[in-house]
Amino acid sequence: MDPKTFPIRAANARTPAFEYFSTKKDELVGWARKFSLFPYPFVTACCAMEFMAVSSSPYDTDRFGAALPRFSPRQSDLLMVVGTVTHKQAPVLLRVYEQMCEPKWVMAFGACATSGGFYQNYAAVAGIDKIIPVDIYVPGCPPRPETVIDAIMKLQDRIARSHHPIITGTF
Amino acid sequence: MIAPPTVELLRERLGASAGEVSLSHGMLVLTLPSVELIGVVSRLKTEFGFDMFLDVTAVDWAGQAPRFEVVWHFYSTSHFARARIKTRVPEADPVVDSLTSLYGSAHFMERECHEMYGIVFHGNNDLRPILLYEGFVGHPLRKDYPKTQEQPLVPYRTEGA
Repeated sequence: MDPKTFPIRAANARTPAFEYFSTKKDELVGWARKFSLFPYPFVTACCAMEFMAVSSSPYDTDRFGAALPRFSPRQSDLLMVVGTVTHKQAPVLLRVYEQMCEPKWVMAFGACATSGGFYQNYAAVAGIDKIIPVDIYVPGCPPRPETVIDAIMKLQDRIARSHHPIITGTF
Repeated sequence: MIAPPTVELLRERLGASAGEVSLSHGMLVLTLPSVELIGVVSRLKTEFGFDMFLDVTAVDWAGQAPRFEVVWHFYSTSHFARARIKTRVPEADPVVDSLTSLYGSAHFMERECHEMYGIVFHGNNDLRPILLYEGFVGHPLRKDYPKTQEQPLVPYRTEGA
């Protein structure tokens, strides 16, 4: 190996140089990822109206780089589950989630997606976190647009602060 | 000319087969034994102009015998009149005749009533689930179905998955 090059390997994860590069890399990637959220709206119920309100010009989620809904899960990285998910629909939701590429985040939009809301019965799933992992919950029936924007901003903060492995598990 | 349906006319024309005929909130109500169903409905359709099948559902009178009451609704587009037919069936043998031979739209509604209440519609040979899914055990709108019992299709994840 050429002694002038510095190998970036997990074995060197303890060295200060590695930690410096790794932190700067995480900041850069996190900054890029938090402003390029491509949502996939999994819209099943009345919360869709609020989703439309928050997407359109008066509130405009485009300001957060989370505007362009991709109607294919393979092109998106934020799954917004908007509305009630029934047991009959649960396999569809799981399949959509599994088709999304890493990195991916999930937002439970509204009371029904969060906990089943007032549907505690044979038909509805009492919260999508029983099926897929959820990163951020938005309360409300339906949520106010401000609540959704707050959730997007909190998710962006978390993305910016988190570790973004690209090559190996540590880098 | 099809006669406009009234309580008196129905009593007179249908006789004993119509069971009890009354008027409730402007709607004709016929309470009859289930064997008379097909005969009465086909006469309602041809002689009284009830050409539209609105719905079939059931009521679970838990604790009573016979337990279930099956309820049909019809509408007459020529007289703007509505009719309701009610019949009781026992829990051990919840069978009524299918109306699919008279109204095509009865197919889907009988499927829904079958999955929700377990009423069997004799003559409808396609009683697959329509709103529920294959493999669902029981009839969720019966009063003895546990309110919180779930039958998930996807196994619930465990923490950290």
